[in-house]
Amino acid sequence: MIVNEQVAIDHGLKKDEYSKICELLKRTPNITELGIFSAMWNEHCSYKSSKLHLKTLPTKGKQVIQGPGENAGVVDIGDNDAIVFKIESHNHPSFIEPYQGAATGVGGIMRDVFTMGARPIANLNSIHFGSPQHKKTKNLLRGVVHGIGGYGNCMGVPTIAGQTNFDSSYNGNILVNAMTLGLVKKDKIFYSKAAGLNKPVIYVGSKTGRDGIHGASMASASFDEKIEEKKPTVQVGDPFTEKLLLEACLELMAGDSIIAIQDMGAAGLTSSSIEMASKGNLGIEINLNKVPCRESKMTPYEIMLSESQERMLIVLENGKEDEAKKIFDKWNLDFAVIGKTTKSKKIELFFDDEQVASIPVNTLVENSPMYDRKWKKAKLPKKNKIKKEDLKNLKIIDVLKKVLSNPNVCSKEWIWQQYDHTVMGDTIQKPGGDSGVVRIHGTNKAVAASVDSSAVYCWAHPLTGGKQVICESFRNLISVGAKPIAITNCLNFGSPENEENMGEFVECVQGIGEAAEYLKFPVVSGNVSFYNQTKEEGIKPTPSIGGVGLIKDYNKMITMDFKKIDNIVLVIGKTEGHIDQSLLARNVLDEKNGPPPEINLFNEKNNGETLLRLIDSGLIKSAHDVSIGGIITAVSKMCIKGNKGINLKKPKYLINEIEYYFSEDQGRYIIEVSKDSLKKVTDILNKNAVHYDELGTINENLLFINEKSKVTIDELRSSNTNWLINYMSK
Amino acid sequence: MKSAVITFPGSNCDRDMDVALRKFGFKNKMVWHDDAELPKSDLVVLPGGFSYGDYLRCGSMASKSKIMKSVTNFAASGGMVMGICNGFQILVETGLVPGVLLRNKYLEFICKNVFVKINNKQNTYFKDIKNDVLEFHIAHNEGNYFCTKDQLKEIEDNEQVAIDYCDNNGKIEEQFNPNGSIKNIAGIFNKKKNVLGMMPHPERMIDPALSGEDGSLFFNNLINNLK
Repeated sequence: MIVNEQVAIDHGLKKDEYSKICELLKRTPNITELGIFSAMWNEHCSYKSSKLHLKTLPTKGKQVIQGPGENAGVVDIGDNDAIVFKIESHNHPSFIEPYQGAATGVGGIMRDVFTMGARPIANLNSIHFGSPQHKKTKNLLRGVVHGIGGYGNCMGVPTIAGQTNFDSSYNGNILVNAMTLGLVKKDKIFYSKAAGLNKPVIYVGSKTGRDGIHGASMASASFDEKIEEKKPTVQVGDPFTEKLLLEACLELMAGDSIIAIQDMGAAGLTSSSIEMASKGNLGIEINLNKVPCRESKMTPYEIMLSESQERMLIVLENGKEDEAKKIFDKWNLDFAVIGKTTKSKKIELFFDDEQVASIPVNTLVENSPMYDRKWKKAKLPKKNKIKKEDLKNLKIIDVLKKVLSNPNVCSKEWIWQQYDHTVMGDTIQKPGGDSGVVRIHGTNKAVAASVDSSAVYCWAHPLTGGKQVICESFRNLISVGAKPIAITNCLNFGSPENEENMGEFVECVQGIGEAAEYLKFPVVSGNVSFYNQTKEEGIKPTPSIGGVGLIKDYNKMITMDFKKIDNIVLVIGKTEGHIDQSLLARNVLDEKNGPPPEINLFNEKNNGETLLRLIDSGLIKSAHDVSIGGIITAVSKMCIKGNKGINLKKPKYLINEIEYYFSEDQGRYIIEVSKDSLKKVTDILNKNAVHYDELGTINENLLFINEKSKVTIDELRSSNTNWLINYMSK
Repeated sequence: MKSAVITFPGSNCDRDMDVALRKFGFKNKMVWHDDAELPKSDLVVLPGGFSYGDYLRCGSMASKSKIMKSVTNFAASGGMVMGICNGFQILVETGLVPGVLLRNKYLEFICKNVFVKINNKQNTYFKDIKNDVLEFHIAHNEGNYFCTKDQLKEIEDNEQVAIDYCDNNGKIEEQFNPNGSIKNIAGIFNKKKNVLGMMPHPERMIDPALSGEDGSLFFNNLINNLK
């Protein structure tokens, strides 16, 4: 095939990008080379629109061992233990083929983690669907949940937490973000940097097939009416093979024969070989005839661009080939020496004794395009027009039931019951709490993890929304008694070529950076997913934040269920009555305008750290952060989980109870304390200048509001649990 | 007491079982599916997981593994063999216990705590357990136990039903049946009661910080009965 400008455009490259390629090579690329450039220079692999802004994020910290740029981030949790973690999107494939799209998303992120020598110990996910009324939503939800479970369950890694949201902006583009945490010894972390000349380059895992070719390019463009035609670009996963690959890799890693290792994810053999060469400042020579292929007569172009799953590329020490092969033979996996490292600093491919590609590595990586895209700054919206009188007419309990049964608040048990969340025998906090928690096997330590997004706030004002989602993650970790360590982010946005979408991205990143810096909650890994749109309609800006925290003694972990009758319930943090963009405003009063709640980073840090000290002193019986739906929604969930009721006293200020109970002011937590320790707790709160209100006292099984109205906890539980079950069974 | 846990390709509860057995005093050995001989053991466990990726039928390919000949001989000579979850599926495929395990009635994987009633205490597994009802944990996609009418009669006549799904008071009703199993059956014995296959995972219930502690009851009792 002759390569020209049109062929390049068909590969998703821009005209000027194509001229740059010709200029860098000082000739016209052949088709294999063009395929390689298109794979490396697309948005998904090159971060060409986002790089400039991602650089501004705080990535360093006392506990950070490895920040962005490797397969995953690594943080130190003491005693020579480290946690490797990352979140990644698999949005586009999941919309085309929900089961395989979601399954391979989970498989891909686990591979990123065990590539670094870590055994995966927990999975999480953040999934966003269109309106429940949209005709595709139910099947997409079912397919995605089956896919996530199908892969994670088979791997034997517990899925410990997640979030599921519905919003019509995802009607044409669902989001599937998968996160994995792995455990590794600090002195046994593996990296992707190749080193040394003439070292064997080894291919292990599944055979290469024709699936997923151009997967990364597909994920770098918008959808149109022809999406059905894109099915062949979706990869097909085999969790069984990945389980074998995991065990074989960890067995090999126990020795000292690996110099560098890289999984073949997006853009397969192309990006894995180039990344290893680039980081090691070396060249790599590959004989493509040696690559194990599933199908006959695969061309160099297809072999290089296939995104077949469950494959790894390894640079070994010389003379260790036999030892390594034995391990992969035992696990029945392919093992092939396909090339070697060279000093040429080029990627050189041979097929049938002919050279089929020769590209200087730096042209693909350092010289890849970087854009300073135009973007529009978002204005802070004006206050909405909800009248106080309208609020007064609302009946609290009716509104509460409506809120608890809202698709974005309701119990997601139907989903997480389909995920094995207890395998490995260390899950001490299951899904449905503020964070999932797993013990570090055989120790008193545990890690907490949570995944959060607040697309509505980000859409209303990206800068505030970006800060908010970091704070939410911080709070979810603190609520279980974990000290927040670091985050991974998955930035899901519309087209970077649209100034408004790009503006949303830029300002969300600014907000994330500002909050992460202030809270000392650095970003250690992540990915960007642009072009989440069908035709011109993009999604709401949706950064998903995966937070990780440490609990030094898991006996001090806190759960959200109310524990004991007569205990006192407090809310920490000031309630100002911010109704704009709340669930009440948007879903009950149908008012979609207005600014999101403000973030005060000082209060956020002070409230959180003070609560953490209270938990550490053993003074807190249960805790839960206040998020969408406000105080009363948070309290109701604690009642439902603990099978207890509460007598709520009349608030001392904000005479309008609706505002008090449903507003979504930030930096707040609900805590339960025993009568005996109430004074101790309030003294500490006062001393640290943390605002608190006493909400009421725990009772047997009724929620009383101001001695006027009441509802049974069973009734609230049905409101909370029935919606999803009914929706899925219809 | 000596135990052996078999690791098949795709087993993923083998480590959990090893941890549990050692916690309650067993000297446990991990055995590779491709080995021909079992080490000298008082108990052999086929653990949960997805042996051979559940390809063909769950447990079907694992039942043809090299080690299974040894396991079958060991069982025939009266040796104690326990299959949990995928291990139960393997036992069924090997024919060491009767019946089959179909896909769950609602076609979905289920992971949750369940209550089971001990149906028969005249055996080494459950003898001397004081409780009649245990809280166990299930995590499976194919746990829907089924057999023919004749088989069922034979199983019941021989008192081969080990445990049934029930509520916390031991009431056995359809509403407490998580997967559609015939007669709420959660686990069964072979005729001699030395082979036990069950869907629930006692190894996930061995610590108050986990889902519960009734697994501790089970393992403590088991090792005492073996002594």
